[in-house]
Amino acid sequence: MKKKYQTLDGNEAAATVAYQTNDLCTIYPITPSSGMGEMCDAWAARGLPNLWGHVPYVSELQSEGGASGSLHGALQAGSIATTFTASQGLLLMIPNMFKLAGELTPTVLHVSARSIAAQALSIFGDHSDVMATRSTGFAMLCAHNVQEVMDFALISQAATLTCRLPFIHFFDGFRTSHEINKVEPLDRETMRALIDDALVQAHRKRALSPDHPVLRGTAQNPDVYFQARETVNPFYQACPDRVQAIMNAFKSQTGRQYHLFDYYGHPKAEQVIVVMGSASGTVEETIDYLNAQGQKIGLVKVRLYRPFSAEHLIGALPQSTQSIAVLDRTKEPGGSGEPLYLDVVHAVAQHFGSGRLPFPFPKIVGGRYGLSSKEFTPAMVKAVWENLNQDQPKNGFTVGIEDDVCHTSLAYDPKWDIEPAETFRALFYGLGSDGTVGANKNSIKIIGENTSHFAQGYFVYDSKKSGSTTISHLRFGPKPIKSAYLIHNAHFIACHAVEFLTRIDMLEKALPGATFLLNSPLAVEEVWANLPKQVQNHLIEKKMKFYVIDAYKVARACGLGGRINTIMQTCFFAISGVMPQDKALDLIKKAIRKTYGAKGENLVAMNYQAVDTTLQNLNPIAVPKVADSKIQMHAGVAPEAPEFVQKVTALMMAGKGDDIPVSALPADGTYPTGTAQWERRNIALEIPVWDPEVCIQCNKCVLVCPHATIRAKVYAPQADAPATWRSTGFKARAKDQNLDFAIQVAPEDCTGCGLCVEICPAKNKRETRLKAINMTPQNPIREQEAENWAYFKQLPEVDRATLNHQSVKESQFLQPLFEFSGACSGCGETPYVKLVSQLFGDRALIANATGCSSIYGGNLPTTPWSQNTEGRGPAWSNSLFEDNAEFGFGFRIAIDQHKAMAENLLRLHADRLGDDLVSALLQANQNDEPGIYEQRMRVELLKKKLLADPQITQTESGSAHLFALADYLVKKSVWIIGGDGWAYDIGFGGLDHVLASGKNINVLVLDTEVYSNTGGQMSKSTPLGAVAKFAAGGKATPKKDLGLIAMSYGHIYVAKVAMGANDTHTIKAFMEAEAYDGPSLILAYSHCIAHGINMRMGLKQQKAAVESAHWQLYRYHPDRAATGENPFQLDSKPPRIPLKEYAYQETRYKMLAQSQPQLAEELMQRAQQTVNQRWSQFEKLAAQPGPGAKEV
Amino acid sequence: MSKPDLTSQYLGLSLKNPIVPSAGPLSRNLDSIKQMEDAGAAALVLYSLFEEEIFQTEMEHHATTLLPSESFAEALSYFPEQPELRIGPDQYLEHVRRCKESVEIPIIASLNGITRGGWIDYARQIEQAGANALELNMYMIPTDFEMSGGQVEHHYLEIVRAIRAAVSIPIAVKLSPFFSAMAWFARHLDETGIQGLVLFNRFYQPDIDLENLEVVPNVILSTPMAMRLPLRWIAILYGRIHADLAATSGINSGKDILKLTMAGASVCQVLSCLLRHGIPHIQSMLNELETWMETHEYESLDQMRGSMSHRSVGNPGAFERANYYKALHNYQL
Repeated sequence: MKKKYQTLDGNEAAATVAYQTNDLCTIYPITPSSGMGEMCDAWAARGLPNLWGHVPYVSELQSEGGASGSLHGALQAGSIATTFTASQGLLLMIPNMFKLAGELTPTVLHVSARSIAAQALSIFGDHSDVMATRSTGFAMLCAHNVQEVMDFALISQAATLTCRLPFIHFFDGFRTSHEINKVEPLDRETMRALIDDALVQAHRKRALSPDHPVLRGTAQNPDVYFQARETVNPFYQACPDRVQAIMNAFKSQTGRQYHLFDYYGHPKAEQVIVVMGSASGTVEETIDYLNAQGQKIGLVKVRLYRPFSAEHLIGALPQSTQSIAVLDRTKEPGGSGEPLYLDVVHAVAQHFGSGRLPFPFPKIVGGRYGLSSKEFTPAMVKAVWENLNQDQPKNGFTVGIEDDVCHTSLAYDPKWDIEPAETFRALFYGLGSDGTVGANKNSIKIIGENTSHFAQGYFVYDSKKSGSTTISHLRFGPKPIKSAYLIHNAHFIACHAVEFLTRIDMLEKALPGATFLLNSPLAVEEVWANLPKQVQNHLIEKKMKFYVIDAYKVARACGLGGRINTIMQTCFFAISGVMPQDKALDLIKKAIRKTYGAKGENLVAMNYQAVDTTLQNLNPIAVPKVADSKIQMHAGVAPEAPEFVQKVTALMMAGKGDDIPVSALPADGTYPTGTAQWERRNIALEIPVWDPEVCIQCNKCVLVCPHATIRAKVYAPQADAPATWRSTGFKARAKDQNLDFAIQVAPEDCTGCGLCVEICPAKNKRETRLKAINMTPQNPIREQEAENWAYFKQLPEVDRATLNHQSVKESQFLQPLFEFSGACSGCGETPYVKLVSQLFGDRALIANATGCSSIYGGNLPTTPWSQNTEGRGPAWSNSLFEDNAEFGFGFRIAIDQHKAMAENLLRLHADRLGDDLVSALLQANQNDEPGIYEQRMRVELLKKKLLADPQITQTESGSAHLFALADYLVKKSVWIIGGDGWAYDIGFGGLDHVLASGKNINVLVLDTEVYSNTGGQMSKSTPLGAVAKFAAGGKATPKKDLGLIAMSYGHIYVAKVAMGANDTHTIKAFMEAEAYDGPSLILAYSHCIAHGINMRMGLKQQKAAVESAHWQLYRYHPDRAATGENPFQLDSKPPRIPLKEYAYQETRYKMLAQSQPQLAEELMQRAQQTVNQRWSQFEKLAAQPGPGAKEV
Repeated sequence: MSKPDLTSQYLGLSLKNPIVPSAGPLSRNLDSIKQMEDAGAAALVLYSLFEEEIFQTEMEHHATTLLPSESFAEALSYFPEQPELRIGPDQYLEHVRRCKESVEIPIIASLNGITRGGWIDYARQIEQAGANALELNMYMIPTDFEMSGGQVEHHYLEIVRAIRAAVSIPIAVKLSPFFSAMAWFARHLDETGIQGLVLFNRFYQPDIDLENLEVVPNVILSTPMAMRLPLRWIAILYGRIHADLAATSGINSGKDILKLTMAGASVCQVLSCLLRHGIPHIQSMLNELETWMETHEYESLDQMRGSMSHRSVGNPGAFERANYYKALHNYQL
């Protein structure tokens, strides 16, 4: 029978089986597992039945802790239930995992294995998370590729029911979870055959039920706990054989035979590599190559990792085994080896000790590879094998990095390439917004499902949310593709944006004779001369074929703007010849219809037109014999950049981070701030240019700029300004009459969002389409504006002590200490973050919850938090997603304690330091900027005195400590920043506790009303009626009112702000919150790409949110109650527009109206009622007399 | 004396009276449609299906969902898959179907296209959805400095012919008054085989916000004065073309209906007065109509229809330019 194939990624493979074989899923989003839960939710929303004909219930919880708790409950109540997670999420499940295993509960956790946050967070793949759960009692089954993910999802589900042990079914995050590959899908019949309904019934019979009541979860005493813990042993002993039996049954259904440990390679191998996960494909490929050269190498693929069956492992090893290298994709610092290595050593030693080892005791070494999706290539496998051949092979080695500190690393030749020649390899460099990845996913499906070829697609994204680059790696060929690594030698390279050529040496990866396809807006005859010389050299030296198309022109002609994906896809199929051109075009059109059909015939027609007109615009270019270009690829960073940036950051920016040795990196995860300024990304097609004639000097453009690329300065007139410098007289107080005012844009850092233009209130009286700031094409003015920016930077900053920080205008002369982040173009969060940095940054510590703000705030290579000219600036850290409030609370109590200790020491040494100074230091009023400045001066004086007085510094009472603690005498500002996913959901318990503590902390909630960073999942802040992932049918319950909850304490300063609606109010709230000597909570409306809006209109949408009273503006100030006033002030006006007028500007609401209009109308009516009720509630609150009001 | 006969024939449909609520917001939900039927509406023109709106919605959906996707490793998309989501005429067509199921009165769908393909495709789909007739809401602001009046008219005629050939349900064309040779144009439209002309469309007229220096929409309900223009042209066209004539703009009372019927209107389309006075105003107008007819001993509307048309009045020049002079000359201090 002809085999059926499907091309899909690992997450879809796992979710398909999990959905079919469960009644219930409890979920919580975390990369890279989110897709599994999202798919199940989407299928359930569509009413897709599972194996038993029921639609599984999918429920999102507030955290992975919650998901595992509910999973535990559902299982105890008799459901067949599952969940999906990774990394920190899996760690949060550990407490319940012990319970689930201790109670012999069948369930499968599908885990896309990911690094754990240690010195840094990483979203990428390794086994650190699953290895951290080894002691929970869960069985662990590892899938090595996409096919196995689907197969093992089923085998683990069958096994958990059979064995009564809970299973982790895991596979490599991203490499397998996100790799698209051609697999033989499991049909329902196979699933039915493997899942024994009797076992399902047996599980249901064990359910807690008042109809046959029992009790679980007892507390046990020393007399029985130990014995009871040992009762489960037989289940673990039986598990391996039972799993093998299921694997055998699986073979009879599918023909695919798996074993607990599968051996691959030479039947008389002398060297054996033991590995688990996607690396096994690469090892197979390598040993095939080496064995063909006469070597005797084998591979043991570990599948059932727990319970670890030493018997089966030894049985899998060939009797010729002489040495074993065990590869772990995790790190266990301080251990005597990584876990898999220790397991193998133990198995061998145990068998040797009992005389059952069928070969002499081999050399066994262990090593680490592939942490955080680090590449693991055939060259590295060869290095592992070569190490085994040594008399004294390295143990505890690393491979894939250069460890020049402890010299653990194995040397390898990165150019060693063994990829099968028949596998066609293609690389596509695209912009995130041009649709390249989407089209390539379609291409893989087209090839995989319409040719006899096997196909693989893997996609690399960068860490920036704006102007991001994507690299698609596509392979196809006649044999199954095992290569679980990036393409390093390509037959075809496509560059979808010509600007990449000066910063990415992509043709370095071209094979001799390869094809290069370039999208260039230049006339064909101008293309060659405008290539960087390095690119020309590659084309000549490698004798490459070269094609050019102006895809933007074709796209524009079809109405597709910058969306060039189908055009470039058409070129790829035409040039690569993977299938007949007519067939390819037909299949591309079918894919277009599938992608766009339901969403609009116009889009289908426009894309069809693009496909039909592409090839007439595709031009082959004869490669000249001489490279004559004057254009060079960009060198590293500017020479004035600090040494660390030159030596480390610049390499990461250039895509050469893999080459950085261990010694160059900080050992404790501490990095310098202010590095984003060295990364000139030049991603804006248009940038704003200031018109001083029209400007009214309100500085609103500076306030709202999400990337701090628009700055204002007031300065004494200078004579040395560049020729194109723009300035005007400063319109302000009389004493400033002789000052100049300038607004300048950082042209190479601007993302071109246009928020500044939209907020600008000044219109040109002669031509009203123009404002005081107008978007202008960047390229022609880049150099002149870069010169102006450099000039602007060297102008002195305005003295912050002379500015009124409460005013929008004057606050925007404060230097932003958060600049050029990788946030989305037009981000609604970053203006608030930047404002914190301006107002308080020189004395702020920032605790940042994991999420968008931690990614654009702390993702390498460059970070936006920066320093002022005195070297002060925000100190920033991210602990976890769930504990951010507690983390910041820790900052506060440490600072307070430091201050108290410094004050004690001051008093102790007052006689020598001088009573006047000590008294001034202790009684300093630091409520405003001049007060803080004066205290800084006093601290400097104190330090001088301490340095000058050896008697003090040598005293036992520790005035050396006083020197170290002296800076804490200057007021410090603690900011706890995060999104609504943190504040409303996963971190709510901690936030509540910290707010209740009464300590002086400032909480800024960047409320996008959705989990933005992980792709738009519902939070408890999501409004009623809005669509989000896990709320595909519109959220049916109202948004939680976090402000009201906080106000109920009475001692918490609470403000709700929306910069786009009232910027003065926003600044006032920030100032009041920080000045309040107690906990403060600011809820900041943050428009977001996940709302489905034109981001340029984000501030207008904020205004509409307030005008509809969806978002109210208010301040609750406990100090007002202390003076007898009503602490609550309602700062926005009654609703002026109906909710729908605001809501239906956003896709998150509108898409429900487009899919389920009646439901949308019902929800909108309820949402309007909720708005009305809440407004009425706030009006009543605002009308209440203060506690000190006198009766009239 | 028996009640006067208010029945009217329009687009081949036998209507119980001449009041037909015109395209607008009241026809967006079934409740108000049922209320209009209950209040006595004889037929209903649904709000317009705008091809431009569909196009813009598609582009907006694309820009906000697809463009940000597949860019960032943690968020490959920002919205859930919604396979049932449709952007296109589906909701409108479903509305037509539900209207047909919910009320007895004829449903006239309204269409505003921007492309030839859009006009034809959507007209066909509207017919398949069960609409009793189709009103073509035709207007464009001819801002092209290279396009002559003749070319504009030719463009209209071409589209109408194409739609007429594509569907078999009755078609009415709703026109703006801004044609230099209305009689000529009406005759040529009539020759395309349409069944009705609706006179006249009211444009959205933008305003200027002085404080913000912005062009702003400014929708104003029609006033009784607006009725004079359709009244004149209905009077002129009545009996000269085959198509039925529907009056629209400024109709507020039963007396207005009487005037327009006497000028030659088959039906009167009303909206502003319903938005201003509420849906029950239909019944008030009908009552006024009946009372007047009873008082003046008219047996039926057909009896009076066209009786004051250009061809039936004693002084047809009153509908022509001379009327203007006469009005001026008769004015005495």
